Amino acid sequence: MLLSLEPRGQQSRLMLWCSPLLAAVLTLGCGSLLFIALGHDPLETLHTLLIAPISDLYGVSELLVKALPILLCALGLAVAYQARIWNIGAEGQLLLGALAGSALAVNIIDLQSRWALVLILLTGTLAGAAWAGLTAWLRTHFNANEILTSIMLNYIALNLLLYCVHGPLKDPAGFNFPESAMFGDASRLPLLLEDGRVHAGVYFALLALVAVWVLLQKSFVGFQIKVLGLDKRAAGFVGFREKRLIWLALLISGGLAGLAGVCEVTGPIGQLVPQVSPGYGYAAITVAFLGRLHPIGILFSSLLMALLYIGGENAQMSLNLPQAITQLFQGMMLFFLLASDVLILYRPRLNLRWARRAATPSVQAGAL
Amino acid sequence: MPNPVPIPDTTPRLQLCRITKRYPGCLANDGIDLSIQPGEIHALLGENGAGKSTLMKIIYGVTQADSGELIWQGQHQLMRNPAQARSLGIGMVFQHFSLFETLTVAQNIALAMGAAAGTPKQLEPKIRQVSQRYGMALEPERLVHNLSIGERQRVEIIRCLMQDIRLLILDEPTSVLTPQEADELFVTLRRLASEGCSILFISHKLGEVRALCHSATVLRGGRVAGHCIPAQCSDQELARLMVGEAAGLITDYPKAKGGDAFLQVQKLSWPNPDPFGCSLQDIDLDVRSGEIVGIAGVAGNGQDELLALLSGEQRLGRAQGATLRFAGQAVAHLRPDARRGLGLAFVPAERLGHGAVPELSLADNALLTAFQQGLVSKGLIQRGKVLALAEDIIRRFAVKTPDSQTAARSLSGGNLQKFILGREILQRPRLLIAAHPTWGVDVGAAATIHRALVALRDAGAAILVISEDLDELFQISDRLAALCGGRLSALKATADTSLIEVGGWMAGQFDTPVHLSAQPA
Repeated sequence: MLLSLEPRGQQSRLMLWCSPLLAAVLTLGCGSLLFIALGHDPLETLHTLLIAPISDLYGVSELLVKALPILLCALGLAVAYQARIWNIGAEGQLLLGALAGSALAVNIIDLQSRWALVLILLTGTLAGAAWAGLTAWLRTHFNANEILTSIMLNYIALNLLLYCVHGPLKDPAGFNFPESAMFGDASRLPLLLEDGRVHAGVYFALLALVAVWVLLQKSFVGFQIKVLGLDKRAAGFVGFREKRLIWLALLISGGLAGLAGVCEVTGPIGQLVPQVSPGYGYAAITVAFLGRLHPIGILFSSLLMALLYIGGENAQMSLNLPQAITQLFQGMMLFFLLASDVLILYRPRLNLRWARRAATPSVQAGAL
Repeated sequence: MPNPVPIPDTTPRLQLCRITKRYPGCLANDGIDLSIQPGEIHALLGENGAGKSTLMKIIYGVTQADSGELIWQGQHQLMRNPAQARSLGIGMVFQHFSLFETLTVAQNIALAMGAAAGTPKQLEPKIRQVSQRYGMALEPERLVHNLSIGERQRVEIIRCLMQDIRLLILDEPTSVLTPQEADELFVTLRRLASEGCSILFISHKLGEVRALCHSATVLRGGRVAGHCIPAQCSDQELARLMVGEAAGLITDYPKAKGGDAFLQVQKLSWPNPDPFGCSLQDIDLDVRSGEIVGIAGVAGNGQDELLALLSGEQRLGRAQGATLRFAGQAVAHLRPDARRGLGLAFVPAERLGHGAVPELSLADNALLTAFQQGLVSKGLIQRGKVLALAEDIIRRFAVKTPDSQTAARSLSGGNLQKFILGREILQRPRLLIAAHPTWGVDVGAAATIHRALVALRDAGAAILVISEDLDELFQISDRLAALCGGRLSALKATADTSLIEVGGWMAGQFDTPVHLSAQPA
């Protein structure tokens, strides 16, 4: 064997920082080869994918709009994943947040008070938390695997939303389109810029970012969550309450996903539609791991993920690149990032061991 | 007594020349030479971490040496895997048995031998024959989970003997046996050796090596520290070979009487929901402030269950709360953190994964149990205080580590144990419960740990030590008892008992403690 991996025994601090850079270089390199093979100019394609979307203020604001729900969901997921509670249900929790918020909003369209928005946001957040609470209850009472229950609840949430959009929440004056009525002005999140869709949800995201950072890095509850995730027996040996921590992690996770959902309907969309989320809840899983479950890492990885979403659409429109190619590009990036992470715990070593291996069979033949 | 040393003029059964094996960060074996004659019982002595396990694994083909030669009956061999070793006539009994508990003895043996050996039914007569021939009573149709540890070991040994065996390797076989069971094993091993089978006997107990083995190779830090004939060496000489400088490592501590009982256990019974686990029956026990009580016993006789009940990982209902009391207060229904609040400190048997979180730093691991010592304020961790505590532990208990940010898993067993014990002791507990405090720890660290325990006792804490190491228990405990089959013998002052008596308790030879505890202590 020419190249072998040796365990380092200790995390390499240098590699912790270098591995994303290495992954970026490899992705850009291999991506260029891919585009060349398809007959596109690699530089132009990469520019369309990664730079053009954020070359003006409007682009940046679109990036923030896209990144916001992903960031909120991923922050919540990071809390659950630190406890090794594999909540795959952010998508369903997001949809339910949007649904519950909308259900309230269409009933108070005429309410002019600012409290309308507060009530709606609160309803959405609580609904997301309650939906995750179902998973927590199934886990703590029946020891049901949270991966399965949270995935299945995603489909239930989606169908609940579709039912409501086609039935009880459908706009009576909407020509039978599956949409709710537009929300009242008092129920909408205020815009931050004149010519862009970026809205006040950004403040919530920043608040959540700081809160999750304090929770995970500074608070004793966060420490308990981490210990529970790393070593259940150690957590039991000092008396950390496992069930309580599972509930807490899932409620935070669901609450933030619900907030993301209700921000979507009260922000850029303004009404309940069947396509509230193009899979933000699933993208957030990737983003949480890309950011290494650290709030700051998640901030950057959610921006990157949003950029790839927008860049992909861009390339589709201006270069006629099929969507599959941009997804391939995304997959390549994830692959290289995870592959480079091996270097954090292992040291690559070039050795000439093959030379010795080749020599040994003769000794053995002599012995036998 | 040892058999006469076999005449060494024949070709050695096994010869190792300059065996070297390097693992990242350590040289496990460094140029090791070893030679075993047919019919010889050869001891491989050494502290934990001396390289014994690595060497055995190389002989048995589990792992391969980086360099060096292995000569089997005069011929070079490249041992690629255990199957090859077995085909040459090498058998090995590991410390941890690999048996299926829900299968019978015969089924287990048939599984290990492969389809060619025949069905379990066909094997039964041969198993009986082998077990009679070597004096190891064993019924082939019994289910393994009904067997004692000693009997399970017999299954493993008979499994090796079913084939034409030339070399039997035993890894610390007596660590799971009572002294009486160990004697029975020695009878078997001597008979095997007299028939020409070589035996490689790995141990760190000097007494049994002297009683059983013809010759010994002593390893220290991955190198051969010396070859000797154990029957002609004193304990001091052997210990010096094993650890370098043995002076001051083995000391006798003065025994203490203790004051009022702090921990009181009364009629503690606990039916184990695990069908293969051990249930506790009518345990009575008291530990006084200022004394060390030792509990002996072979693993699997209720130690884990008792420890879980004492630490609070396993709680009882409120109605049974008074079966456990700390200074008179009922605690059996309380959680571990509440019990800690009442003065409990606990050192579990497993350091990594139970007593410490492997991935977390030493500082975080200090916080793990010491969080009630003012390290958390308004829900936030006081990072400065945590670091100060961790550094205090490292300094006062001489923990060898780069700094307090090092992950717990990168420390050696002995160093981590010193850290965990230090963490518990610095919380000034009124009751310390330690499970196997020096298991897998080198002699130097063991001495440090013993001194720390005795110092804590002299400061007035009640200490309960559960261990399988009888020498250790006799050395540090003031009173002793033994667990067997989930029942506890009566407590007796260490000075008034003997190794033979405690060995008897470990095998279940004691009256039910119900009668005895009725008398005032």
